[in-house]
Amino acid sequence: MAGPATSLAAKPARSGAGTPRVIRNPLWVRVVFMTLALGFLACFLVLPLAAVFAEALRKGIGAYFHSFADPDVHSAIRLTLLTAAIAVPANLVFGVAAAWCIAKYDFRGKSLLVTLIDLPFAVSPVISGLIYMLIFGLQGWLGPYLGAGDHPWFGEWFNQQDIKIVFAVPGIVLATIFVTFPFVARELIPLMQTQGNDEEYAALTLGATGWQTFWRVTVPNIKWGLFYGVILCNARAMGEFGAVSVVSGKIRGETTTMPLHIEILYNENNSVAAFAVASLLALLALVTLVLKSFIEWRHAQSRPAV
Amino acid sequence: MSSVASRRSVLPGFGLSLGFTLAYLGLIVLIPLSAAFIKTSGMTWAEFVAAVASPRLIASYKLSFGISLLAAIVNAFFGGIVAWVLVRYTFPGRRVVDALVDLPFALPTAVAGIALCALYARNGWVGEWLDPIWAGGIKWLSTHVPWIDWAGWLGSKLAYDRPGIFLALTFIGLPFVVRTLQPVLAELEPELEEAAATLGANRWQTMTRVIFPELLPALITGFALAFARGIGEYGSVVFIAGNQPLHSEITPLLIITKLEQYDYRGATAIAVVMLVTSFLLLLLINLLQKWSRRYYRL
Repeated sequence: MAGPATSLAAKPARSGAGTPRVIRNPLWVRVVFMTLALGFLACFLVLPLAAVFAEALRKGIGAYFHSFADPDVHSAIRLTLLTAAIAVPANLVFGVAAAWCIAKYDFRGKSLLVTLIDLPFAVSPVISGLIYMLIFGLQGWLGPYLGAGDHPWFGEWFNQQDIKIVFAVPGIVLATIFVTFPFVARELIPLMQTQGNDEEYAALTLGATGWQTFWRVTVPNIKWGLFYGVILCNARAMGEFGAVSVVSGKIRGETTTMPLHIEILYNENNSVAAFAVASLLALLALVTLVLKSFIEWRHAQSRPAV
Repeated sequence: MSSVASRRSVLPGFGLSLGFTLAYLGLIVLIPLSAAFIKTSGMTWAEFVAAVASPRLIASYKLSFGISLLAAIVNAFFGGIVAWVLVRYTFPGRRVVDALVDLPFALPTAVAGIALCALYARNGWVGEWLDPIWAGGIKWLSTHVPWIDWAGWLGSKLAYDRPGIFLALTFIGLPFVVRTLQPVLAELEPELEEAAATLGANRWQTMTRVIFPELLPALITGFALAFARGIGEYGSVVFIAGNQPLHSEITPLLIITKLEQYDYRGATAIAVVMLVTSFLLLLLINLLQKWSRRYYRL
């Protein structure tokens, strides 16, 4: 909740190969540990993953592909892609700005700011959706002013607009931005802190402008960390369920993202279609894990051996 | 303040980046979150208590807390072993297993929820044989371990009932423990264990008296992270919980229920209780992390 404990910076530098004999556990202990660990992972991670694909293909490959002929599925996929396409870049820009001011400067209240950035991870997804209902919902702060009506404070043009935030796409995007808020920032802050300011100072001394320094010195240095943050942010943005389900209103074919559409199909006992859509998200998760491992591998390669 | 000014003059962009950060943080996180507290401050104390302490809610707090605790304990045990195996042992496919540990972070919760249902339902791959064992086991426990009240579990199914909540929260919480322990285990100096061995400790003594105390701060931190995540979790649980009032309803679900009845104040009051709980947990986790950082001098 206070954030996935996964990060490039926290990756162990070495593996336990070549452990001296005196501090090795007896063979039977090693066998028991291996069995317990791998058995537990098989039951809790591999089996659910396998079940998604097995259930999706239960009635054959034809039924599987037939599930994607539904126009509502198409619109769910489009909405999910659109949401991620807005939320991820927004949080990317924020993450870079936040990491820049936190890692490169000293100022009062810095640790408080870092804590506040992590806050969305500590909030239940349902509450993340609820708070936007409190602002933009009909009973909310701004809700009454958003619909078409006669509000004395605003001009005629504004009063004619019927702006929908919750139970519409903007609310879904906002809730997604909230739940994915810390991903890029928390990846970049420790990375930029360890890199220090020396290279930027050198560039500035040699006559580079601030933006040149940023694009040509800082960005190449943090690119793997950036990429790492972005893929984690993207996975969560496309898969978010709780927060989005509160603000979406679940209007079929209009405000259902892929996870919400899975719920609808599943509750309609359309198991094959539900698992077919779920299999796309499971594939996304697998791709995310592969890219993540690749970046960690690259990161370890680029680091001097300890 | 003078040090800030001098640094600012060397590296440009302090005002811009801090200003943007604060504005974005305020608009997306702080103002919406404060809305929950402001909305609740309009209620009288009696109204607030009536909204957050109904029998249905008390039952949900007990359930959410109890099962999150149980799942976090199981994760601390198995997560500890998984971290040990991943750091200390070399075996074919270790990198794949290591990557797979993050699956609960990457797999959308709704997908995890329906996948666990498919597995543990009475006609599922695992539920088919495990469900009768579970029912028999609880029956045996209720006669042989009578000092614990098994009423809530007697006659329960694995999926669409309380045990399902436990399964979902265990799935969700696993990476927190493993990923918190892994770096600490990797940094553990072999000299420490060699010294213990030289001084005549056997392997069991070294494991329990040297290694375990070293790992304890990280283990508690991982446990707390998994526990905190479990309390707030919604997506994976609703599919598998069965959601019977007073029996298998988790607290986040009751927020949704109130919202569906257009009872925004009631929903917000529960949200405030949950927010305060998770902020306290966050504080505790931060203190734990500070303690373990000092402990390990990382």
